[in-house]
Amino acid sequence: MFATENAYYPDYSTKPIQHSFSPYADNGGSVVAIAGDDFVVVGADTRLSAGFSIYTREQNKLFPLSNTTVLGCSGCWCDTLTLTRILKSRMQMYHQEHNKVMSTTACAQMLSTMLYYKRFFPYYISNILVGLDNEGKGCIYSYDPIGHCEKTTYRAGGSAGALLQPLLDNQIGQKNLTKVSAESITQEKALAILKDVFISAAERDIYTGDNVMINIITKDGIKEDNFELRKD
Amino acid sequence: MFDPMANAPPLWSNGPTPGSFYNFPGPQTKPNDHFTHSQSPVTTATSIVALAYDKGIMIAGDLLASYGSLARYRNCPRIMEVNDNILLGAGGDYADFQYVKSFIEQKIIDEECLDDGIKLKPKSLYCWLTRVMYQRRNKFDPLWNNLVIGGIQDGTPFLGTVDKLGTAYTDRAICTGYGAHIALPMIRDAIEKKAQPLTQAEARALIEKSLEVLFYRDARSYPKYQLGIIDQDEGVKIEGPLSVSQNWNIATIIKSV
Amino acid sequence: MSVLCPEIPTPGFSFENCKRNAVLETKGFALPKAVKTGTTIVGITYKDGVILGADTRATEDTTVADKNSEKIHYLAPNMYCCGAGTAADTEMTTQMISSQLELHKLYTNRVARVCTANQLLKQYLFRYQGYVGAALILGGVDVEGPHLYMIYPHGSSDKLPYGTMGSGSLAAIAVFESRWRPDLEEQEGVQLVRDAIAAGIFNDLGSGSNIDLCVIRKGSVDYKRTFDEANKKGVKQASYRYPRGATSVLSTRVVDIEEVAVQRIEPERMEIA
Repeated sequence: MFATENAYYPDYSTKPIQHSFSPYADNGGSVVAIAGDDFVVVGADTRLSAGFSIYTREQNKLFPLSNTTVLGCSGCWCDTLTLTRILKSRMQMYHQEHNKVMSTTACAQMLSTMLYYKRFFPYYISNILVGLDNEGKGCIYSYDPIGHCEKTTYRAGGSAGALLQPLLDNQIGQKNLTKVSAESITQEKALAILKDVFISAAERDIYTGDNVMINIITKDGIKEDNFELRKD
Repeated sequence: MFDPMANAPPLWSNGPTPGSFYNFPGPQTKPNDHFTHSQSPVTTATSIVALAYDKGIMIAGDLLASYGSLARYRNCPRIMEVNDNILLGAGGDYADFQYVKSFIEQKIIDEECLDDGIKLKPKSLYCWLTRVMYQRRNKFDPLWNNLVIGGIQDGTPFLGTVDKLGTAYTDRAICTGYGAHIALPMIRDAIEKKAQPLTQAEARALIEKSLEVLFYRDARSYPKYQLGIIDQDEGVKIEGPLSVSQNWNIATIIKSV
Repeated sequence: MSVLCPEIPTPGFSFENCKRNAVLETKGFALPKAVKTGTTIVGITYKDGVILGADTRATEDTTVADKNSEKIHYLAPNMYCCGAGTAADTEMTTQMISSQLELHKLYTNRVARVCTANQLLKQYLFRYQGYVGAALILGGVDVEGPHLYMIYPHGSSDKLPYGTMGSGSLAAIAVFESRWRPDLEEQEGVQLVRDAIAAGIFNDLGSGSNIDLCVIRKGSVDYKRTFDEANKKGVKQASYRYPRGATSVLSTRVVDIEEVAVQRIEPERMEIA
């Protein structure tokens, strides 16, 4: 609409100057998290890529913030590096000021604020923050790049997020099923589904592959697991 | 989305669009703090090929700085010995590299002045350069480089890279520019085929082969190069100018029609 | 226009929607994206023939559209052609040229030559100024011996002893540049082509899945579909079978098939008066 007008009246151009340099890159990657009654599992693939090439096959995208909180990031890697570094120092400052480790819920709120702080030059990251809440229940917070936050019990994000979320809705959320089981999900089942959805994502999403790094968070701390994916 | 009224004329001729400011034709007032940033590189260097072997790091880069498609400067070293523990290789804009080089040199001098015996470590430089590149990206005035940092820290070889956005990662083999597309597949294949880490001789052979293939296919490459080596036993050295071995026998086989 | 004489579609492409689509695009309705083959395709000549190779991934933007796409197309009994670019264009172009070659063979009573196929392909592609997005590697053996041509979407072509195309072409060419030599044995050639495709599959995100090979010798062809499965699909840990009754039944209606009337419609006679 503007373009046609400005063709006639260039003096009234309100368009900003065009830059050829783009400050963002899409480095791909997927993050999936599933929460249970007393645990939460989160997985991220380890492929870091740009365009049609793979930067590295072994890039961990899970960032432990405390003994009960882990952040999974995918999207623009330089923003991820910066955000996680600031988060880490904010965690430390909180610890030294209050003499206690920041809770997962507080982390979740802080992350939202930090993302919205960059509202007009956002961090291009799809964040999934997982942890145990104050009652020890598994919880998941997922964000959009500018700080919208939603608390859920399962979430898929990143390049294969749109591919996997409907699958999780059905398999974990028990959506579109008549026979709904009242039992909550076990850790074994959550892990099996987590690994299986990554197998599926690697089949169809070119930015997901190589390996999955998994963090299992329980009251006993964070346990790591690794799982191989296809490398093509 | 589909709006038949989208092509309607402006509200009134020569007036401002509703919701925007009226700018008078004629001399325009512009913010005077505005300056043009470099939006594209000018004099550029091509690929860096680097890999970690069992006892150290090897970084290679040719000596050409191109001016567009012109092979303009043919003796431009771009492997830098930061201290006796760090090597830095750079591709991309050569002027930006010289700037990066000068402030790293200043940093080393400043550190030397403290005389506390503590030397800059590879991971520290890597981390710091990541921040420098990211800050410049945020100012929309990037340093148009791919930097490769190699060294030995705590007895193990370290190899990392940073690009103009501040995207940083570490790996056993890192190639930038055309090297990422041509040399890296060969190097990854060689590393995967061997269960143990490569030896220095194997690493050198691999780099020589990579540069040869790059010279055949990358039109901005050059057969004269430098090779930087950091070794646990032998320390740091930059060899060169070395020559890429070439074989053009197949040129005689090719017959059109 | 008479009812009796239906309009015969004009040969060639139909451009009747071009203007409408251009207008729609300015209104924000983007054209649907075509399936690209992403692709690593390669070809080499060896001692007594040519070997063609291809990966089997076809992509639609960043998703894999086809995990086992066939990219080595048949042209003639002595000629095959790898295609990269827009999937439909490579498929249709090779099919059409294949039929022309068959007619040419029947007309001349001779085995078609590879240079003929090259000429037909490049002239066809040139006509469409690159809008038919097919990048091809044509290989075959004729009376003159083995030949390998690279044909680009705009209609230029190269005759080379080895070559690669597609998004994985750089990874694959590195393998050839470091290991190809004249007078390769067939076994060595097959291994070389396999490695070149594997380099594309593992290092280029546009290429993936399996390796297809086609060895063309004088008088015989060995088409090895799925020569090597470069990647094994992961094994699922959980079972995803739904229990009986998982889907809700909204309403039930039983139709007695005995009562369904069958009405036979007699064909009407054409009006010729």
